[in-house]
Amino acid sequence: MRKNLNVIAAYSIMMGLIILVGIFQSWNIALSIFNLCLISAVMTMGANIQWGYAGLINFGIMGFTALGGLAAVLISVDPVQEAWSAGGFNILFSLFLIISMVLAVRYILKNYKKSKNRTYIVAAIIILGIVIIRFISEPGIEAIEGVNPAKTGFLGGLGLPIIFSWVVGAFFAGGLAFVIGKVALGLRADYLAIATLLISEIVIAIIKHEDWLTRGVKNVIGLKRPAPYEVNLQQTDWFISLVEKFNSSKLNLITDLTERQSALNQLVIEGSSVFVKLCYSGLFLVVVIILLILTQKALYSPWGRMMRAIRDNEEAANAMGKNVVKQHLLIFVLGSAIVGIAGAMLVTQDGLFTPGSYRPLRYTFLIWVMVIIGGSGNNFGAILGGFVVWFLWIEAAPIGLYLVNLTTSGLDDTHFLKVHLIESVPYFRFLMMGVGLLVIMRYRPKGILPEKIEIK
Amino acid sequence: MDFVNAIILLLNYIFVPALAYGSQLALGAIFVTLIYGILRFANFATGDMMSFGTMFVILITFYFQSVGISLGILPTALLAIPFGIIFMVGYMLIVDKLVFKYYRINKSPPVQLAMVSIGVMFVTQAVVRIIIGPSDRRFFDGEKFLIKAGEFKEMTGLNEGLAIKSTQVITIIVTLILVSTLFWFLNKTKTGKSMRAYSDNEDLALLSGIDPKKIVMITWIIAGILATIGGTLYGLDKSFKPFTYFNNMLPIFAAAIVGGIGNPFGAFLGGYVIAFSEIFLTYAYRKFFMYVLPESMEPDGLIQLLSTDYKFAVSFSILVIVLLYRPSGIFKGKVL
Repeated sequence: MRKNLNVIAAYSIMMGLIILVGIFQSWNIALSIFNLCLISAVMTMGANIQWGYAGLINFGIMGFTALGGLAAVLISVDPVQEAWSAGGFNILFSLFLIISMVLAVRYILKNYKKSKNRTYIVAAIIILGIVIIRFISEPGIEAIEGVNPAKTGFLGGLGLPIIFSWVVGAFFAGGLAFVIGKVALGLRADYLAIATLLISEIVIAIIKHEDWLTRGVKNVIGLKRPAPYEVNLQQTDWFISLVEKFNSSKLNLITDLTERQSALNQLVIEGSSVFVKLCYSGLFLVVVIILLILTQKALYSPWGRMMRAIRDNEEAANAMGKNVVKQHLLIFVLGSAIVGIAGAMLVTQDGLFTPGSYRPLRYTFLIWVMVIIGGSGNNFGAILGGFVVWFLWIEAAPIGLYLVNLTTSGLDDTHFLKVHLIESVPYFRFLMMGVGLLVIMRYRPKGILPEKIEIK
Repeated sequence: MDFVNAIILLLNYIFVPALAYGSQLALGAIFVTLIYGILRFANFATGDMMSFGTMFVILITFYFQSVGISLGILPTALLAIPFGIIFMVGYMLIVDKLVFKYYRINKSPPVQLAMVSIGVMFVTQAVVRIIIGPSDRRFFDGEKFLIKAGEFKEMTGLNEGLAIKSTQVITIIVTLILVSTLFWFLNKTKTGKSMRAYSDNEDLALLSGIDPKKIVMITWIIAGILATIGGTLYGLDKSFKPFTYFNNMLPIFAAAIVGGIGNPFGAFLGGYVIAFSEIFLTYAYRKFFMYVLPESMEPDGLIQLLSTDYKFAVSFSILVIVLLYRPSGIFKGKVL
């Protein structure tokens, strides 16, 4: 118990802060911060597996998040029958062509020795394949995008419950990570960082512009929910009586019946959105706890010890007969898959998929700040980092406003400097993140909760 | 005649814009490569440092405009660049002293320095947005076109016009002057040679009495000059928006790596490789083929290899291919 004291203390402080927000601002805000903290925690766990366990830099977190989000769309949206009949065949045929192209290239690469001719043939297959695929897919894509473009204009999904997408999102992200890992893991650490950053931009470009698949920048809205809808809740009896019970002391003070009714209505409306957020919190908490148990188990298993050995001294681990390349690939896929789950969770919670909102600053660099600040290599640290950084990211604006008012209190309200500073309050969060990262890296390079490995 | 028209078409839509864009990328790429070669880390704050320098140039330009100083047909910003550079170099030296120096002296791994540069990126971004705001700003003044499309048509009697913006010409000329001075400095002066030696082999350079403090300072000064001028030229040609500058970091990195990171000449050419391939692959060649081919063979489609939406993706794909098959870049060999 004693040695975990700092972990417990750190988490209690964090929870206390969120509860304070609940008391002083509103429970709605507190819960939405909490939910996003949980999602961030899943992302940081993914990044922490790669960086903390194996020392791999993945600056492509944004891409994997977006793929998870894409999975949520493809699983939960009802299929658009018209679009399928208009262009489904072309798309499926193109998909088949792509797969056969890849297989053909693989076959040639495997069965023929390296020579100039082989390179030319592979190049010819790829170029020819692309031309043919464009010819076949183009009419299909046009037809699909022409189907009621204001509302659909895409193929839709499978119409399954959205919760399945969390698993599928993991598979999507893991699949992409496998491909990236196959080609890029041999690079030096900082090259890998740049390569993954750029590949994630390519993923976003595809998601943004392939309207037949994702509706692109037109966004997909109104996704299904795993939680009840507020409107329905407000009309169910058990929920109203629950709210009544919770607030009975407050309600009993009001004697006038009509007044009491309107007060109750207000409470029910507030209560319903809190209740929905609580449902999400429950679901997310389950995911976080399962992942935490699994990652902790992995960290202390023989496999975890091997990963640390590889991280700390690649050559020595290699000499001891560990397959470094294979293990790197494995951990890259695992970490990215976890990030994919987080991406699907994020879209589930928002109920909408907006490809335009995926930006590297928010989805890659901020996650990295979380991992570094929290403590790389330590799962509890990474999760704490997610909580702390997201909390600050949201609360930076109020804190910034307070600070601006404090420092410029001597100035007139219309003074240009004060007006300018108050306008730019939203950007203080960047400043906070940057300074926080720099201070932590300088004075506590292992993070708030540093990695601690017990050797038994 | 049709053939000349086709050539003019390509010149107008591909060659001139790509040359200007490539020059802007090249300056940024040399900046990245210098930092990588001498200070030995990938600087993720590149784009934001460029926007920081540009911000000062813009503020000083606005000041000059308000007092009525101008360069006539040339943009006032050219006059403001030296002052911008002074601020920028000052900022970089302060950042180096407060942040990077500690890790350099402790000989931290490059990865840690790259992480630190992300912190610098956040801070710089915040400072830029707090001072000048996130919105789009145009600060170009003076004569907009060197040759207007209409005038060119009248002059030559061709169907296709060739429009050359004065900013494009300024970009190319300034880049050429700056880069040739830089190469002269690196190859001919004593300080430049010692920089190259330091980049090649740090320990040997120290043994032969090269002062690392001086090398680092000069590197930051050159980097400040490149960042400010590169950023200002981009802003003059297009417009200034902090978010765009942050995004520009990606093609700049691509250019630096494609050219062989640590090799300034490679970075210079890499900028053009990236710019030309982006524009070549996303241009719709329909009109071009209409001129070149006989009427019976006129194409129906746009004859576009990739839609313009994938502009960025092109440069990154090139980078990925280069990284896979030639991780040391196209122009390897001499390092700095």
